[in-house]
This record gives sequence, structure tokens and C-alpha cells, in this order.
Amino acid sequence: MKPLDPRLLRYARASRWYLAATVVLGVLSAALIVGQATILAYGISAVFLDGATVADLMPALVALAAVTAGRAAIGWAQEVAAARSSAAVKLELRGRLLARAAALGPGRGPATGELVTLVTRGLDALDAYFARYLPQLVLAALVPAVVLVRLAPADLVATVTIAVTLPLIPVFMALVGLHTEAANRRQFRLLSRLSHHFLDVVSGLSTLKVFGRAGAQAENIRRVGEQQRRVTMRTLRIAFLSSLVLELLATLSVALVAVGIGLRLVAGHLDLRTALLVLILAPEAYLPLRQVGAHYHASAEGLAAAASAFEVLETPAPVNGSLPAPSGAIAFEDVVVRYRGSDAVRISAVVEPGSVVALTGPSGSGKSTALNVLLGFASCDSGRVTVGGIDLAAVDLVSWRSAIAWVPQRPYLFAGTIRANIGLGVPGIPGISEVVRAARDAGAHDFIVALPRGYDTVLGDDGAGLSAGQRQRIALARAFLRDAPFVLLDEPTANLDAATAASVTTAIARLAAGRTVLMAAHRPELIALADRVVDLTPVGAR
Amino acid sequence: MRARFLVAVLAGAGAAGAAAGLIATAAFLISRAALHPPVLHLMVAIVAVRAFGIGRGVLRYGERLAGHDAALRALGRTRIRIFTHLAKVAPAGLAGFRRADLAKRLADDVDAVLDLLTRVVLPYAVALIAGAGTVLLVGSLSVPAGGALALGILLVGVGVPVLQSRAARQADGRLAPLRGSLATDTADLVQGLPDLIAYGAVDARLAALAATGTDLRRAERRSSALAGIAAAATAVATGLSLLVGLAAGAVAVRAGVLRGELLAVIVLTPLAVFETVGALPAAAQRLAAGRASVRRLREVLAASSPVAVPDVPAPPPAGPHTLRLEHVSAGWSPGRTVLRDVSLTLAPGDRVALTGPSGSGKSTVAALLVRFLDPASGRATLDGADLRSLDPAEVRKIVGYLPEDAYVFDTTIATNLRIGRPAATDDELWKALASARLADWAGTLPEGLETAVGEHGLALSGGQRRRLVLARALLADFQILVLDEPTEHLDDETAAALTRDLLAAAGDRAVLLITHRPGIAALVDRVVELGDAPQRRASATAARTFSALAGTPAGSGQVP
Repeated sequence: MKPLDPRLLRYARASRWYLAATVVLGVLSAALIVGQATILAYGISAVFLDGATVADLMPALVALAAVTAGRAAIGWAQEVAAARSSAAVKLELRGRLLARAAALGPGRGPATGELVTLVTRGLDALDAYFARYLPQLVLAALVPAVVLVRLAPADLVATVTIAVTLPLIPVFMALVGLHTEAANRRQFRLLSRLSHHFLDVVSGLSTLKVFGRAGAQAENIRRVGEQQRRVTMRTLRIAFLSSLVLELLATLSVALVAVGIGLRLVAGHLDLRTALLVLILAPEAYLPLRQVGAHYHASAEGLAAAASAFEVLETPAPVNGSLPAPSGAIAFEDVVVRYRGSDAVRISAVVEPGSVVALTGPSGSGKSTALNVLLGFASCDSGRVTVGGIDLAAVDLVSWRSAIAWVPQRPYLFAGTIRANIGLGVPGIPGISEVVRAARDAGAHDFIVALPRGYDTVLGDDGAGLSAGQRQRIALARAFLRDAPFVLLDEPTANLDAATAASVTTAIARLAAGRTVLMAAHRPELIALADRVVDLTPVGAR
Repeated sequence: MRARFLVAVLAGAGAAGAAAGLIATAAFLISRAALHPPVLHLMVAIVAVRAFGIGRGVLRYGERLAGHDAALRALGRTRIRIFTHLAKVAPAGLAGFRRADLAKRLADDVDAVLDLLTRVVLPYAVALIAGAGTVLLVGSLSVPAGGALALGILLVGVGVPVLQSRAARQADGRLAPLRGSLATDTADLVQGLPDLIAYGAVDARLAALAATGTDLRRAERRSSALAGIAAAATAVATGLSLLVGLAAGAVAVRAGVLRGELLAVIVLTPLAVFETVGALPAAAQRLAAGRASVRRLREVLAASSPVAVPDVPAPPPAGPHTLRLEHVSAGWSPGRTVLRDVSLTLAPGDRVALTGPSGSGKSTVAALLVRFLDPASGRATLDGADLRSLDPAEVRKIVGYLPEDAYVFDTTIATNLRIGRPAATDDELWKALASARLADWAGTLPEGLETAVGEHGLALSGGQRRRLVLARALLADFQILVLDEPTEHLDDETAAALTRDLLAAAGDRAVLLITHRPGIAALVDRVVELGDAPQRRASATAARTFSALAGTPAGSGQVP
């Protein structure tokens, strides 16, 4: 992992000015460190050897106070800049990531759990990178250089000692880093797998309880956690080893320099003021490098998350055409779609304008796949789909989808009011009268008004609070309000009881009037609505 | 764990002490050297400088390893404690929590325990010991210098954090709800992506998320000024100690109370101490976040189950079993009755269909029978024993329940099936798949039983998912089976065939079939109809089935 990923500067503009500000503050900071050391060395030797009084020291004390004020101001500015830029960078990356996920569509991007973790927790880990690691990296490059420049004219021996040992630090850091990087990536993947495993197990808690398996899962979580601890400790032993090596190098070098100047002092080759300057500045030369090592571990998680984010951002989106939504007959021309671990689905069908076509066939025969191909959620592995003779691949998907009303097998209802959920497909806030009309058409009006707050009832996430049948009817109301020329239905009455199914079937007949309808269906009363039935049962299985 | 943590604290204090010792002995060494003594007189100082140089790195390594190991162990225990509690109170006890929230709690808040130990408790314990030691050393040489150092340490270690936390509390009040709604909105967007894309509503959603993000950024900017205070105060405190050390030292040396070679020790030792103490404000900041996480975890741990486990449960009846509801009324939250005066008997070998319109409380009946819920009035009995006198886990060994939205785990077909019977052989798995009419399809899979089913089983079609969970329920060998819409997403012909198959596969087990398919009536002994009296219907719309997550009784918490 590079300490500074150039992609970060490309995808997050705020990181550019932040880097510039950090360099300026770093230079100032290094100058003040050298200034402070010079004042202290002068003051101590003046009192100790030259018999100076406090009054004699006054100018030095004032200068020291000024340096302190300067260091305080720089420290403050650095932190503020870090917090602000990291907030800006997170905002930008989050927006880009979600927009990319939306452009990729379902099934092409990362798994939902992974994506949610990446966008929230993963990006938050960048805070440590911006606030700690990056400034330290800049200081690590600047401070040793400035210190060496100051020391060179004062004491060449110490300067050379420091100059020789300093480069060993990045060399060791790189050597250990090579190992840590892979371990850190593993660690991040392990963590996100663990959190996915958790979500999965907690989501299925009722099911586990039914089978008396909840207790066993607790054991499973313990085992996975213990495994995670062992792997983490393995990573840490190496990761911390890097700081151990760095600290040993730095402190031993300081000790070496101190003993060296002590001996030269005794011999009279050096004066106390210079010796003190060397003693104070030597640790300052190593300190930023050492801290880079210490912060590397904390920031690696952020960098790993950023790398995953860039991976998503660089996933090519499906090619989108440019033609406006066509009208006319839908034709599946020898379409083949392959799914992992399953037989290829083959579809050949024509839906004439204004007609209702029902797709039938056993589960897995490709009814939903046909609808997904039309929606652009799945791509044909061979063959093509045309609408009005125009290849769908050449059509702008956004424009094409705006001509479609879709009711899936399991519609997703959003946290928000019923009214907003029904109005999903129309821009802005739909008028209540249109929403009510759509709900009536869908057979949803009666149960909605029976709720204490009617259309303003706020649904829990994913429609918690409604039965499957009620959810389906809200989705159907969406389709009515959409008022689109093409209607795609995926077994819309599957979750409804006989009485409701019958009324919804009537509603669907209303919806179908004057529109081109393709539906996956298995219920006879629904199939009865169709002008034509296309059986997708594989030829061999008929 | 406590012993490991103590090792970490001692090693850390040793490392900090070594850092201060290195600079103190080096300062002394050089000052002495300036007086040109015989080199032999410097040997002790020279050895000490080198020893401190090595000791510091090694001790610090030990501190970090021991600290993380202790914290990771604590983390594992917390995770188990939370999960065990969730398992106890789900589904009815978790009505108040939202899905994205609950997952976040498990992941983030539990992880915060690790942070709390390694990044808050440990640095404070270390700084306390090392700081006190250095203050004593410097103070023994010069009281004002020692006082200034103590003051500086207190300013950085206590003053700044107090200031920070006061202001941060206000900022966090703004940040936490924004972060929460950002997480919920993100989950909503990602999970509802197909619907949003199909309805052209993605851009509006992205814009709404961006607006929340901008608000969050603004709030984060506002609290950024505080982050700077810590760095500034550390610089001020360090500078103050240097100033006072130099001035007071000069006075003492002139007055002859302090030996000249110790002046450098007084002035320079604080530099090393502030390296350790300077980390405290950041640690204290984590304390606030850590405390919030601990509080949220406590909220989850405080959730209680409405189903009481008797202290001394009656022994489970031996069977054959008769399950009975006697004039039962029930609801998911107090005062909200879904089911009114329902009676039902399921004798050994009975095949009963329970029908009724959506929202009439069919799934609530199922919840009562497996003791996910207790009746508000009336009795539910197993062989005459009130279910409330039995251990719920024992009841669920006898009565199996396949909910309408039974969960499929993100793992292989075999692992999903073995949740029903962990010890099942592959042959038994294939037999169960055959009973659910899934064996033919599974046989065509290149990886067979080891095929991964994807997140929420999304790699399978709706019908295949249904058959998979059915096979799992059959495998578990319950003596009474409650099947909620077992043939959902299947066409009528397949549904009837599957129902016939599963009734045959059920053998002499009693089966309660919850369904709205009219055709099923012919296949069972008896049909129980849940009426739809208007008042029941109105109240039933709100509370009904189990949502996919944690089986939270949908509607009991969310819909006002």
C-alpha cells in the first residue's frame, strides 16, 4: 500500500489543498523546533558555565514564549485542517461510491452488506489517515532535513551519525511494511466478513430459535471471534514489530550520539552549548519518523477502505446506449443468460404493443430473468432484446426505464410515509389525490385509511409494519401512479389471499388496458388476463 | 484478562519511564562531561543511557501486545454476551430496534470495547504512573519546576479533555443522529436499489443522501476547532514547563541550591514526558464515543422478552402431542390485540389448514404455538399443560415453525439444511431435498450440496428458496409442524403437489398449514377460518407477521 495513493488526490479534491497546507505548516513547525532547541541550549549553558542571571536570560525567555505560542498556533491549525479536509473527502468519496453503485445496478457491484460497511465504517477510518498519518508523513520528510541542516555547521560528527542512521528507519519500515500490508488487507477483509456473518446470523435469529440452534450459533460466534483474535494478534505482532525496530533504532541512535558527544566534551573537542543543541535536536530528528510507524497501523484500515472504494469506482459500468426510449413490440431474440452454478436460461418471445403476455414455467425457468434483462439488471450472454425493432443495448437505460412500471416479487418499501412510497416513480411530492387514485386502483386504499395516520403512516425500514399482501398492493399502486406504457409484473398475486388476489387481478386488468404488459405468472386467474402465454419450460423438461 | 492488562500497564509505564530516563541521564552525562571529569566517573551514566535506549522500545512492544490481546479477549466476550441476550429476547423483545441499527450495534459498538481498553484506559494508566514518577524526580531537584510540570501534565491530561468533552457533547448531539440517519439511508439505498433504479428515483435518493452528508460535514467542521485545542494546549504546557524549568533552575543555580549539571535535567526531562502525556486528549475523546457505545449496548441488553421462562419448568410431555388454543387473544404490544377469542385443537396426526385474509392474525397463531409470544388472555396448552409452564426451548423441540419469510443464510445449501439437523448425513439431506421436490434441481448443480446460496439466498429463485427452507423444516423432525404459506411463490399445480408431498412426508406428525390457497382445503382434515370482523381487521393491519430481520414482530414498534 502506498503511503499516499495518487488516486486519493484524483477522486477526492479536498485532499489536494490539505496536502499543500500540511507541507507549509510542516516547514514552519520544523523551523520552530530548531529555534526552541537553540534557545534552550544557549540558556542552559549560559547559566551553568557562564554564570548568567535570570535577568540576563530575559531575551531568551521571551523568545521561548514566542516559540511556544507559534507551536501552539501551528498545532491547532494542523488539526483543524485535518478534520475539515477529512470530512470533505469522506463526503466526496461517499457520494461517488453510492453513485457508482447505482450506476452499476443490482448484482454487478459489491454485496450490499460490504458496500454499507465500506461507505460508513470504512470511510470513517480515513479520519485517522488524514489527522495523524499524512501530517506525520510530511513532518517525517521535512523535520530531519531541517535538523541536519542546523546541526551540520555545529557538529559534523553527530550530523553524520544521525544522517547515516536515519535512512535505516524507512528501509526497515519498507521491509516490515511489505509484510504488514498484506496482513492488513487480510485483516480488513476478515473484519468485514465477520460483520457480514453477524448481520446474517442476527437476521436469521428467529429461524435459528425455531430450530433450537441459537445457542450453537453463540458457540460459532465465539469460535469465529477467537479465530479473529488469533489472526489479529499475528498481524499485530508483526505490525508492532515495525515500531519496535524503529524505536530501537531511534533511541539507540540518540544514546549513541549522547555518549559520543559526552566523550568528546570530556576531551575538550566540543563546547557544552553545541553538545546540548545536538542532544535536544537528535531525538527530534527521529521522532516524526517513529510516529509515522506508530500511526501507520491506525491509518492502514482507512487506506485499505480507500483502496476498496477505488476498486468499486473503477469497476466499469455497463455500456449505456443513447437512443431515447422506443415504443412498439418487445422481442426476445434467442436470448441466453447464464447464472453461476445453474443452467443457462433461454428466452425467445414477442410482446406485441398493447398486448398482455404471461410468462409461465417452473421456478428457475427464467421468468424473472426475462424481466431483469428488460430492466437492464441482467445482460444477455447471447442474443438480443429489441423494442420496436431497436436493440435495447443502444437505448439510454434511464429513458427506457421511465417508460416502465415494475412490480417485483418482493418489492422494497423505504423508511418513509406510505404516500412517498407510492409516489416513488414520480418526481417531487405527488399530489394526494393522484396517490389516493393509484391506491384505490391497486386495492390498497382501504387498508391504508384504516391505519391511524393513513397515507402519512411512516413505515419502518423495508416496510416493516405491513403484511406481504399489503406491501404488494403498495407496489402495485406505485405502478399505477407511474402511468408508463410498458408494465412488467413478477407474480404480483403470489402473496395475496384468494379474495385479495381476485380484486388485484381486476386492478391489473385495469392497469393493462392500453399498455404493453409482460408478466411472470403462475396463477390461472392471472394467466387468464393474458392475450398470449409463453411457456419458458426448457424443451427437455416438457 | 486482568493479569494481562496489568502486564500491559506496567510495561507501558516502564517504557515511558525509560524515555524520560534516557533524556535525563543523557542531559546529566553531557553536563558532567562539560566539567572534564575522568571518563571513568561517567561510566554509570553511559551505561544507563544505553540501557534506557534499549528498554524503551522493548517495553513498549510488550505493552501494545499485551494490551491488545487483553482487549480482544474482552471483545469476544462482549460479542457473545450481546448475541446470547438477543437470542433470548428475539423476536418479540426487539420490537423497538431498527434493522440497520441493530446490525450497527453489533458491529461498531462491540468493537468500541476494544478501543476503550487499548486507547483510553491503557494510555491513562501509563501516563498516570510515568507522569507521577517524573514530577517526583524533577520536583526533588526544583520545586517550582516540578510544580510547573505537574500543572502542565494536569492541563493536558485532565483540563483539555474536560473542555473537549463539554463541547464535544454538544457536537456529538448533532453528529450521532446524522450518522445514524446516514447509515439507515445508505442501507435503504443499497438494499432498495432495484426498485429505485426501475422507478428512476435513484438520483433523488442520492441527492437526499448527499444533503445528509453535507449536514454531517458541517457538523464535523464545527467540532474541528476543538480537535485543535488539544494540540495547542499540549504545545503551551510543554513550553510552560521549559520556561519555568529554565527560569527557576537559573535562580536555584545562582542561589547555590542546585548543582549546575542538574539544570539540563530539569529543563529537558519534561520534553520526554509530554510525548506520553500528549496522547491523552485523543484518548479522552475516544472515551466519550466509547461510553456512548457502551450505553447503546446496555439498551440492547436491557430489552426483555415478553415470554417468561418459568423458574422451574414442568417436564416436557412425552407425547403423542395435542396442541390446543383455548379462547386465546393476543397481540404484539400491550393494548393492541391482533387475535380475539380463537380456539383451535391439533391432535396427533391432524392435518388442519388455517385460513383467513391478510392481517387476520394467522402468523400470530403460529407465534403463540412456538412460544414466541404468550396469550394476553386464554390458554395455549400442550397435552393439557399450559405452555407458560414449559421451557420455551422445549416447546420448540416439539413444535416446529416455518415462517412465511423463513431466513436463508449466506452459506451453502448443506449448511442451511443442517441448521435443521446438525448431524444429518448427506443422504438425509438429499432425502429432505427430495421431499421438498428440490433434489432434481440440486442434482444438476456442479457443486451440489456445497453450492453457495448467496446473501439472503438471492442466488436462488423465490420458489427454490421456499423449497429449501421447507426441506430444512422437514429435516428437523418436529412432531408438530406449523407451516406458514409453505407453497408461496409456486404455481397452483406445483403447490398442490408439494403440499401433498409434504403431508405424506410429515407421516404421523400433526401439521397446521397456514395458507390462503383455496385449493388446499381438499388436502386437509379440517379448515379453521380466522374471520375478518371489521374491528379485528383494523387492528390487525398494524401488527402481523415477522419481518425478515430477527423476526421482529413487524408493526409493533414502527407504525404509530
